[in-house]
Amino acid sequence: MAASSERSPPPFPDSEEPELLEDSDEEADAFTGTSISEMDSPSPDSTRPPKDIFNEPPEDIFSDPLSNINSEPQKKVDAKIPSPSSDEAVDLFSDPLDDDSEVMSSPEVQNPMPDLLNEPVEAPKSDSSSKSSSVKKAASAEMFGDDDDEEDLFKEPPKVVTKKPQPSGPPVDVFTEVKSDVKVKPQVKDDPTDLFAEEALTAPAPKPSSGSSSSRTNGVHSEEQDLFSEATVELSLDSPCNDRKNKEAVKPSVSAPAAPVASSSSKAPSKSLEELEEEESEDKFDLNISITNPEKVGDGMNAYMAYKVSTQTSLTMFRSKTFTVRRRFSDFLGLFEKLSEKHSQNGYLIPPPPEKSILGMTKVKVGKEDPSSAEFVERRRAALERYLQRVVSHPSLLQDPDVREFLEKEELPRAVSTQALSGAGFLKMLNKATDAVSKMTIKMNEQDVWFDEKIQDVENEEQHLRKLHVMVESLVNHRKELSGNTAVFAKSVAMLGSSEDNTALSRALSQLAEVEDRIEQLHQEQASNDFFTFSELLADYIRLLGAVRGCFDQRMKAWQRWQDAENMLQKKREAEAKLLWANKPDKLQQAKDEITEWEAKVTQYEREFERISATVRKEVIRFDKEKARDFNRQVIKYLESLLHSQQQLIKYWDAFLPEAKAIV
Amino acid sequence: MTSISEDIDLNNDASLVIDIPDALCERDKVKFTVHTKTTLSSFQKPEYSVQRQHEDFIWLHDTIVETEEYAGLIIPPAPPKPDFEGPREKMHKLGEGESSMTKEEYAKMKQELEKTVQVHEVFLQRLSSHPMFRKDRNFQIFLEYDQDLTVRRKNAKEMFGGFFKNMVKSADEVLISGVKEVDEFFEQEKNFLLDYSSKIKDATAKAEKMTRSHKNVADDYNHISGALNNTAADNNTAFKKHLEKCAEVFEKLRKVEDRMASDQELKLTELLRYYTRDIQAAKDLLYRRARALADYENSNKALDKARLKGKDVAQAEENQKQCLQKFDKLSESGKKELTSFKARRVVAFRKNLIEMTELEIKHAKNSVSLLQGSIEILKSN
Repeated sequence: MAASSERSPPPFPDSEEPELLEDSDEEADAFTGTSISEMDSPSPDSTRPPKDIFNEPPEDIFSDPLSNINSEPQKKVDAKIPSPSSDEAVDLFSDPLDDDSEVMSSPEVQNPMPDLLNEPVEAPKSDSSSKSSSVKKAASAEMFGDDDDEEDLFKEPPKVVTKKPQPSGPPVDVFTEVKSDVKVKPQVKDDPTDLFAEEALTAPAPKPSSGSSSSRTNGVHSEEQDLFSEATVELSLDSPCNDRKNKEAVKPSVSAPAAPVASSSSKAPSKSLEELEEEESEDKFDLNISITNPEKVGDGMNAYMAYKVSTQTSLTMFRSKTFTVRRRFSDFLGLFEKLSEKHSQNGYLIPPPPEKSILGMTKVKVGKEDPSSAEFVERRRAALERYLQRVVSHPSLLQDPDVREFLEKEELPRAVSTQALSGAGFLKMLNKATDAVSKMTIKMNEQDVWFDEKIQDVENEEQHLRKLHVMVESLVNHRKELSGNTAVFAKSVAMLGSSEDNTALSRALSQLAEVEDRIEQLHQEQASNDFFTFSELLADYIRLLGAVRGCFDQRMKAWQRWQDAENMLQKKREAEAKLLWANKPDKLQQAKDEITEWEAKVTQYEREFERISATVRKEVIRFDKEKARDFNRQVIKYLESLLHSQQQLIKYWDAFLPEAKAIV
Repeated sequence: MTSISEDIDLNNDASLVIDIPDALCERDKVKFTVHTKTTLSSFQKPEYSVQRQHEDFIWLHDTIVETEEYAGLIIPPAPPKPDFEGPREKMHKLGEGESSMTKEEYAKMKQELEKTVQVHEVFLQRLSSHPMFRKDRNFQIFLEYDQDLTVRRKNAKEMFGGFFKNMVKSADEVLISGVKEVDEFFEQEKNFLLDYSSKIKDATAKAEKMTRSHKNVADDYNHISGALNNTAADNNTAFKKHLEKCAEVFEKLRKVEDRMASDQELKLTELLRYYTRDIQAAKDLLYRRARALADYENSNKALDKARLKGKDVAQAEENQKQCLQKFDKLSESGKKELTSFKARRVVAFRKNLIEMTELEIKHAKNSVSLLQGSIEILKSN
């Protein structure tokens, strides 16, 4: 372990591909291992954990936010989950609780990646690695057989398979498949990882000690910690602050568990989740969406703009590599609403679409070819493109069937509700609702320092960005003004040149007029860069920060529900005490039942709160990272546009200089 | 800052060198220190340093304009009244203490003041470099007298009088425009100057607007830099460094953009402004000559009448002779003045356009290297 900790952490090899393959191998191995263990060990207590693994987690992996699991409920029962509920995300977090309490004395955050890499590997190592594939088949069938959504996934075995040294058949495919999904879906990835981790710890693990130590040491992601250790009290609100400290120690600890991997794979990819995520989106996130050809459809006030949405991808979850659909603005809003409805209560950050502009659209409808309406259309096109790109770059949202449908399906049912309700209106409504919530829960005593600070930070940042946005808008206007004034000056100088009686000076003045004309163009282009590259970026992030606040509010709502249940439980207990005092045994049983019921509810709501906290936290961390990257990229792009302007300026003046010198 | 003065100071004669090394803002007035170095025998000392106010310059200009002797010369335009942007109180502040102003404001004030000093200096240098004006008695007093000139400010009546005079002059111009020009040179000059004057006035106004909006852009960079810094101040993530870097870039961009705008103002707008006034001075010369021509023609008519009536013929003849003399003299010196004016204008335009172009290139190159460096740093992050 120690050995690997030295060699693995810093080098993040550029060649991602081979590594990933290996990863997937290992994963497959891991699964083989686990499946074996399941099959091998008939003893009741060792079967249980694997069962968990096979029953729920895989489902989580594949169906997680997408759809409800059909076959789930009855399996859940033995997984000891109080309420499997219709809430998909629950699955993710619900199972490990007993494992954790058993195995991990300190349920520190688990770093999924390392786990994924080492523990799984151990399994096959100890047991003869490739057991009968039929076993695996059975396992996989059991797992996925009844889930429609997954079927798509697995129907297309990726090319990866061919490169596999593994003799194992279908199940391997399954997992490679999973892996390729995982690439774009870090969120999901955690789950399998942890599954394996726990599994390794509990059941077949040949080296339980190493397993447990690794899970203890990689105290990385607070989110995961919350997720998996949730059964215990430590999981409560204040745990995240420990996590924070832990986070500092992420890298070193991450490397430790990579040790076993080293034996099986030449390159030990020891990356923290964040790093992986980053690389994924940069190197492997293979999904390009562009919106082009805005087109006016229809006439008069019923006219609307339709946009061509082109997708280019190698992701196997899509039917083909390139496809195009036509969508109208309300479809985009409809997508947002669908996603919000499904995912916002889980704490997901749903990227908000651009706002509906009645004025702008009316101009487009009425006006012919006026430049302001052309600018409006371009602005909206670009905003929709960025919006969609943000949606698909969200690992969980990409998995949503509605998103895929939006990108792929030829005809989309007309989004009705959005006609009346614009994106902004919807957001406003959402905000209003959540405002009420936050007012109600203003008494919420935030015990989580991380959230406490983050909420404040987000609010401050929104304020600052608003101010900054005003400044940039003013820059846009002033630059436009400068452009206009330069044009006017150019004309005036041209006139002056025509009046000048010195031939050389006259010529120089008319040349100057030409230079100023070009500079006017330059200013105009720059003004549009000011706007599209800089101002719109800020506008986007002001909207996004609003959405982040929405996530915080969702978390607060969950907290409120938990507290309410807690209060109710308290009341029930008091009632019971009173009954005891009054010695009314007939009613006592009912009271006891109620207490049990409410106890369950409290546990459930608390868990839900923990879960949403974890999700929100993860989302916010992800958002921060995306934001920093986005800003960096856009600012570079913006500075490059300025650079270009200045270079042109040099060219123009250089050409003018001999003219000025030629004046005699 | 000496661009125009150098152009105008065509004959670099060391016998009378004037500059304004310093100016002081005091209450609502500016005191210019006028420094003279001379080898001319008409001066009692080789070097003087006196304090003059804007009103003193105006007085000097007015006395020169009123001197009959100089009617055939283009009289250097009077410097415009110091005009500081913003309310008058700011001027006080500048005099009392810089601490009460922001650095920005102070820098702007300083720039304005420098510009004011420049146009006042140019006025004196134009006089000193002219063979006639340099010998002017009042000019010498202006340079030598070490006490306050105590020139009264024009009172309301006089201001109105000046206004009235201008009205009369304009009316007269219209009146005498009917007089048939006898000299083709002047006919051409008149047409040229009239046309040119309106064009350059327009160009000046447009250039002013352009440079003003350019400054606004530079100011926006500054505000953006500030807002970025504020955003960074409240951020504790890795994003903070990035924001700070951006703020720094914008701050640097502002400086370059600001220089660009103010150099454009100095080299181009100021040039146009100055020649708008100078052309007016040339037009004034043409007016005086046209007036003389009209006088001469009237005297001719009067002589004809006198001859017809046989009365006061000698007096009329004398008058006619004098008018002709005056007109001839004005024509002669006017021709010379206008020719040299043209040469001077071309040289000044050439010099300023070259300088402005070179500065534009220099600043743009600075921006380019600044931007390239910043982009590299950001990319490496």
